Parts: sequence; structure tokens; C-alpha cells
Amino acid sequence: MSVDAETVRRVAHLARIAIAEEEVENLRGELNAILAFVEQLSEVKVEGVEPMTSVTPMAMKMREDEVTEGGDPDAIIANAPAHAHHFFLVPKVVE
Amino acid sequence: MDAPARKSKLIRGATGDWEVIIGMEVHAQVASRAKLFSGASTEFGGEANTHVSLVDAAMPGMLPVINAECVRQAVRTGLGLNAKINPRSVFDRKNYFYPDLPQGYQISQYKSPIVGEGEVIVDMPDGETVRVGIERLHLEQDAGKSLHEQNPTMSLVDLNRAGVALMEIVSKPDLRSAEEAKAFVAKLRNVLRYLGTCDGDMEKGNLRADINVSVRRPGEPLGTRCEIKNVNSIRFIGQAIEHEARRQIEVIEDGGAIEQETRLFDPAKGETRSMRTKEEAHDYRYFPDPDLLPLELSPALVAELKAHLPELPDAKKARFMRDYALTAYDADVLVAERETAEYFETLLGGSGTAQRRDPKLAANWVINELAGRLNREGKDITAAPVSAAQLGTILDLIGDGTISGKIAKDVFEIVWTEGGDPRVIVEQRGLKQVTDVAALEKLVAAIVAQHPDKVADARTNPKAIGWFVGQVMKASGGKANPQAVNDLLKQKIGI
Repeated sequence: MSVDAETVRRVAHLARIAIAEEEVENLRGELNAILAFVEQLSEVKVEGVEPMTSVTPMAMKMREDEVTEGGDPDAIIANAPAHAHHFFLVPKVVE
Repeated sequence: MDAPARKSKLIRGATGDWEVIIGMEVHAQVASRAKLFSGASTEFGGEANTHVSLVDAAMPGMLPVINAECVRQAVRTGLGLNAKINPRSVFDRKNYFYPDLPQGYQISQYKSPIVGEGEVIVDMPDGETVRVGIERLHLEQDAGKSLHEQNPTMSLVDLNRAGVALMEIVSKPDLRSAEEAKAFVAKLRNVLRYLGTCDGDMEKGNLRADINVSVRRPGEPLGTRCEIKNVNSIRFIGQAIEHEARRQIEVIEDGGAIEQETRLFDPAKGETRSMRTKEEAHDYRYFPDPDLLPLELSPALVAELKAHLPELPDAKKARFMRDYALTAYDADVLVAERETAEYFETLLGGSGTAQRRDPKLAANWVINELAGRLNREGKDITAAPVSAAQLGTILDLIGDGTISGKIAKDVFEIVWTEGGDPRVIVEQRGLKQVTDVAALEKLVAAIVAQHPDKVADARTNPKAIGWFVGQVMKASGGKANPQAVNDLLKQKIGI
């Protein structure tokens, strides 16, 4: 698997990361090096081995259906660059 | 899907018949107190950002912990849809950017949903039965809400809905007309409401549908489909499909081709239009959410939930027809809302075969008088001014001959507007049916004496006696017992 320049640009756009054109080649090399590294895993035979989702066998923790949080809109918007009447304000997006 | 086209469902175009193929994705908000992965309230409305936890706002370091009740609700729904419950399912991240999605991804289920294939049986008004396959049901988070009109340069974002649990229920493309699609959503909504897993409130957006529509000539392979997003009323679902099918047929018949796209339904114009911003090809880069372990369900949990499922509409309808000898039509109307069915059974005053009141009479009163009156005032049956107990007393008064059916309607009206015990109302206002033979004889004698010509009439044509019955009833203010009047008249006139 090898990444080309167009894929680098597309991945960056999907992740909303601005990259300059002169960075593309360098990033392409880095991404390919990472993929090549991970590619080594395909050498391991895993047929019949269950995927491991946790180091120790455990079931997913669950919460009961109780309202235990909320009611503090000031805390929620405390770090917002812009807000009004407890709403976040963001650059206009119209569908 | 490869079943032969049903002729009655075809749409006539300029160049021949067309078959419409419809599949639905219904988003149903899970009925729960807290959100899917946080302890914030699911309550509708409220001041902006008041029902928001730091998890919902996606603050760094916050971790999701799943709400056990939302899981149970999804399982109950799966069982109610006769679907396969998957003992192991996985939560994935669906990545995209939008200001009302602070995480930058929606936690959803992609390859391994909690519920697999099932089926909904839809009875159409014309008596046809349509079996609609369910492809899957998965749990996911709702997004927040953006407001665009309040500010000239900025959009406002409220995260109260962000993180509320949704069930996305995906049907197979088994629907063939707008009518079928509407009936399917109505039935699905009804099942969810019986189960108590979603309140089905479409006005609040708690149940909404994405509709996939394509057209083809009968027997041909499937055409290219368009997806109509977020339609939030059953009537609009019908209109959107009608319009979209017509549009696609016209495009193809004019030599064009359908482009796969997402469209919006505009209720004001009754038409669908392409979403203005051409979305780039979706690339959600799903991957298993590393914050969440796989969701494992024990057979014991599923069995326990199954054992406690309420009676669902299909079973209730069958029981009403069997135990109460109701027609399919009456049973359908009574089970169409859970609350109506409950009212009806309370009115009967007992379940099974031990009921006290006449089911047919009770059904007629609920379907005609009560439902009609509720409709006229736009009231819900749960807010009916005449309780099942009060209406039950009215039926008893009819049953034991205290009042006539006609007077019963007047009593119903009085109870509706003024309240009170029907028995007391009948007593105090002198509405009792007159069965006192002496009193009735007097009335009969007077009227017969006044109309010798009609008497002669009735002797040759016994049906004409109806006129006399009417006159006596009128003279008695509607309180005479019609049967007694009839008998007395026959005696008096001699037929």
C-alpha cells in the first residue's frame, strides 16, 4: 500500500488540516513509512485468533439511566471563543 | 425485491408504466431519561446548553459510558420487530465535521449493529398485507442544533440534543408506493409507542425518516436512487415520495439520467430539491471507537426483556377480533393508538372473556362518538373529558333500559362539557326513559286520535307505524322507550 500526493491532500482536507503544497512530498514519505511499519503485522498468522479488545477480559461498564450531569451552561461555554445567551457562536454555516 | 411488480402500485408515465422502489431509514429517539453516553438529561427544549455534560461537549479527556437502559430499549425494539438480536455489537466512529458535532465524529454502529434482520407486517386499508423487511437497527448519538437566522454573520449552536440516543431503523427496499411507505411508518411508530421505546412525537423530531426512492420499468434492474433527508411527518413522507417518483420518471422519459444525490423536501412547495451544497463524496472513515468495548448481551438479558414485552398491535388486534368478535376494521382503529386500546378495554370493564359490557356497543361509542368529538376539538384521548368510567356508566344506563341511545348522546354531551356522574345527571334532569305503560298509553292514544288518516295508512302498510313512533318519541322529549311505544301502537292500531 502506497500513498500518493493526491491522497495526502485528501486526507489532510478530511481532517481539516491545512498543509502547504511544499509539505505534501514530505508528508507522503512519512505516511508511507508509517504504513510500511504497520504492514509488518500482516506477516503474523492470525487465522482463528479472536481480535483482542482489552488486555484483561472485561465487560463494558454501563451507567444507569439517571440524570447526573448538566444544568451548568456557563461551564459548557466557558472556553468558547464566542458565545451569546449560552449559545456557542460559530462562523455561519448554511446548508 | 425481485418479486414481480404489483400492477396496482404502478405509476403511469408518458411512455408506459413505472414501478417505484422505496426503502426507509427511520431515526427514532430512544425514550430514556439520560443520554446514550452521558448523564445529561434528554428533556426536550430548555435554555441553550443546559442539558449538556462535558462528555457531550467533547471536552478533552472525557470518556463515554453507555446508558444500560438505552441498550435495553434497543433490544426491546428489536424483539418487537421480530428481529435477530446480536449478542455482540460494536460502536464505531463516523467522522465528519459540523459545528453541532463537537466530537468531530458521531458514535454509531457500522459493521456490527445491535439488531439484525426483522420484519414489520403492514395492513393496508384495502385489505392487502405488505411484509416489510428490516435490514438492521443500530444505536447512535444525535447531534446538536444549529440556528442560522438569529445572527447575520454567525450560527448559534445548542448542544442540548447532542448525545441523545437514537435508533436508526433501516428497512429493506420492500415498499412500492407512497401509501405503503406512510402505512409502514405509521405502523413502526405504533409498535415503538406500544413498546415504550420511543414516544413517536414527529413534531418534536423524535421520529423522522430518510427516504430512498428509485424508479424502474417493471422487471428491469433497480434504478439509481435519491435520498430524501429528514422528513418529519407522515403526510410529508407521502408527498415527498409522490413528487420524487414523478420527477425521476420525467427525467428518464425526457432522455436524462438520475444522479445519485441527497435531496430535501420542501413542505411549503410540496417538492424535493437537490441540497445546495454538493457534498463531497462521503468518506466517513469508520473505525471501532477505542473508548468503548464491544457491547455484549447475555442470552439471559434478552430472554428477560422478551418475557416482559407488552402486547403489541398485531397481537392485540387478533385478540380483539377473537375475544370481542370485533371486525378487522374496528379492531384496527382501536389498536392504532395504544391509549385508545387501553381506554376501550377499561370501558369494557374487564379483559379476556369476562368483560361486563357489550364490546360492539363499546367499540361503536369509542370509534364514533368519542373519537369524533376528540377529533373536532383536536384533543388526545388521554385528555378526554369523558373518562372510560363515565362512558361505562352511560353504556350501563342504555343497557338496563334507563335511557335510550338517543338520550345517551345528550348525556355524553353534558358529561363532556360539564363533567359529573351520568347516573346523577339522568336522575336530576329527568332524562329517564319512560317505560311506564300508563303514561305512554296516554301519549299513544292522543296521537292516534289526532291522525285517523295515518291510522288507515298504517293498517294497509305496517311500515307506516314508524311515523307514529317518531311522533310519540317527539311528544315524550325523546324519553319514551321506543320498543314499548312500538308495542303499544301495534295494539292500539290493531296490526
